[in-house]
Amino acid sequence: MNDIPLDKLAVGQCGEVRRISGNAHVSQRLLEMGLTPGATVEVIRFAPMGDPIDIKVRGYHLSLRRREAASVEVSLKTK
Amino acid sequence: MPEETMIFKSSAEDTKELKMIALAGNPNSGKTTVFNALTNLRQKVGNYPGVTVEKKIGRMIVSGEREVYVLDLPGTYSLAVRSPDERVARDILLGRMKDTPQPDMVVCIVDASNLERNLYLVNQIQDLRLPMVVVLNMMDTAAQQGKEIDATRLAQGLGVPVIACVATEGKGIEALKTAILSGSHSMPERQWRLPEAMEIEIERLAGVISECMHLDKTTAFAEALILISKEDEKKSGWLIGKKRIEECVKEIRGRLTEWGINWRSAVVEARYDWIQKILKDIVRQTGSKKIALTDRLDAILTHRIWGWFIFVGLMAIMFFTIFSVASFPMEMIDHFFARLGDVVKNSMPPGDLRDLIANGMIAGVGAVVVFLPQILILFFFIGLLQDTGYMARAAFIMDKLMSRVGLHGKSFIPLLSSFACAVPGIMAARTIESPKDRLVTILVAPLFSCSARLPIYTIMIAALIPGASAWQKASIMLAMYLLGMVGAFVMAWFFKKTLLKSQTPVFIMELPPYRLPSFKTIVLQIWERSLIFLRRAGTVIFCFSILMWALMSYPKVLDVSPAESLRGSFAGMIGSVLEPLIKPLGFDWRIGIGLVGSFAAREVFVSTMNIVFNIQGHTSQTEPLRDAFRNATWPDGAMVFTPLTCISLMVFYVFAMQCISTIAVVKRETNSWRWPLFQVAYLTGLAYVIALCIFQGGKLLGFQ
Repeated sequence: MNDIPLDKLAVGQCGEVRRISGNAHVSQRLLEMGLTPGATVEVIRFAPMGDPIDIKVRGYHLSLRRREAASVEVSLKTK
Repeated sequence: MPEETMIFKSSAEDTKELKMIALAGNPNSGKTTVFNALTNLRQKVGNYPGVTVEKKIGRMIVSGEREVYVLDLPGTYSLAVRSPDERVARDILLGRMKDTPQPDMVVCIVDASNLERNLYLVNQIQDLRLPMVVVLNMMDTAAQQGKEIDATRLAQGLGVPVIACVATEGKGIEALKTAILSGSHSMPERQWRLPEAMEIEIERLAGVISECMHLDKTTAFAEALILISKEDEKKSGWLIGKKRIEECVKEIRGRLTEWGINWRSAVVEARYDWIQKILKDIVRQTGSKKIALTDRLDAILTHRIWGWFIFVGLMAIMFFTIFSVASFPMEMIDHFFARLGDVVKNSMPPGDLRDLIANGMIAGVGAVVVFLPQILILFFFIGLLQDTGYMARAAFIMDKLMSRVGLHGKSFIPLLSSFACAVPGIMAARTIESPKDRLVTILVAPLFSCSARLPIYTIMIAALIPGASAWQKASIMLAMYLLGMVGAFVMAWFFKKTLLKSQTPVFIMELPPYRLPSFKTIVLQIWERSLIFLRRAGTVIFCFSILMWALMSYPKVLDVSPAESLRGSFAGMIGSVLEPLIKPLGFDWRIGIGLVGSFAAREVFVSTMNIVFNIQGHTSQTEPLRDAFRNATWPDGAMVFTPLTCISLMVFYVFAMQCISTIAVVKRETNSWRWPLFQVAYLTGLAYVIALCIFQGGKLLGFQ
């Protein structure tokens, strides 16, 4: 299908979380912070040096590094 | 704010039981503000036994006579026991924490503008089935975002009382107190549900846990939920070695996988699904969805270009204030204690007791108090940055740079603060969650040249190039600062690769909305930090100051000049003994005495050297000492303070941890003597080796 890692979204793009892979510790943290399958995320901006990313999920802002974001697979979604 | 419609009345027996309540909530939910509002100044800060998690306990006085203890749990997003904070919070709520009784009620503070994620923790705590009150805090921020929240219906949905609050303005606090006192002691059954098949399996696992660990059903079920989704469950400690439980978990996971249920995420998903369900229709978006103030501010404050300007500007202001504003009260304090010493000297008969009081004790107290201005100012800024929400943005901007040496964006502020003084810098490292990263930050913090190195750099530069231009001075000074910084980053990288090897810290951080700071909270925080510093670090600094005084004044040699008396003292003897060891660095016994004398505090080097070289009178000027340096010779007539020696000595001070206050604070912050001692050893070793390389290498290359 056309699932893409979260860090590949452009600023302003939205996605729906499909699954989280990789490190158990990290994926549990991300799940608990609200990135559960089905949740909508929006990429708000990148930090001045290109990393980390500021995303909006469940109505609040969360920042995470590209490496962590890469383990979150999303499907593109229109706003 | 909804009117209190219910009239709370409770019988005397009911209220008698309530002795202690615990405050729980996410970071940034305003938990501390609620805590302060409930307890006012009746609070105490300590540590839980064995961990460096802060224990804050206060007393809430109700109707003038009754007292209820209020325990402020560490702010956490979850109770899944992955960090020391989460473990402490969970252990207390389950009544497992030594020296802390199980609370009779939990007050959960949630950020009304960020309900969904905040209710996740509430949902987890509800599983423990303790009596609960939910505080819907920051109703003003929610209103600004155009969110209207129906507190009454939220209470129905959650099955517990919900009190709307704006804690920073004291709104809703009285209602909260009433609700706490009349809170129900029976909790509703668990309302959220797992997929049916999983529900049955978890019940079974709970049964096994309950049997093996002799736990009640509720607790066992809560443990089962954590255990099933936690892959490193071995680390959860108390379940180690319970083979039956381990096997049961494995078996259940196998079956769940077969049925297509993801056991890693199923519990979290079920919780969020339930939250979404009850929040439906409770939160209403009113008015136009205009871009929130926070988003507009972030567009500037984390902008690719403006973000840097503002960040550097803010840091410069903070740094400048610490340096300049603090120097005035510091001088006053210095002056005051010098005066006090003089008064004692003039009013007491000469003798050991007089010297002990004047030169040992008063100077010791002075050495402690003199740090207060810098600590107060730094913590004022840190409190301000944290309370407004900018601190998270600073970490966001700096994270990329810090990650190059394996650190976290949050390490930046403590390290930068160490340019002023490592003591408040190390105390500021508390904002770093991962214990290993916090430790690495603490270990390298003293490498950032603090203000106490300035007098040494100044005198050595004067000895190196007499009449140096401002440019020359500034560039040598800058070189020393840079050398320390490079050293700090190299060592941080090294520690992260070896001794404190850990995964590159995960950077998953909330960017909370910007808020106006609460000065009451900040002032209280400064007050707490200062007390901790005075009480814990102060005693160690005081004792060592007296010890250093004794080393420099005994054994007494009578009727000789101060210089000879110092040479005959223990410190002088150590200096002479050290000479063979430090000669390869280009240092003679006199510098040795300086090193010993300044072990407690670097700036003492200059005053010790003034005594060694018999300089009286204008000790505040550098010229007499500089000239004395230039005339000092080895027994064979060769110059002691050659350019190479001057550089070697400066570099030694860049690296060496000549500061009792830092040692005391590291001891206090790491809860053991192991790390401060290790730090002294590695920094002194590093200073020695690098100074040695510079002196010997320089000589080989033909420099003097």
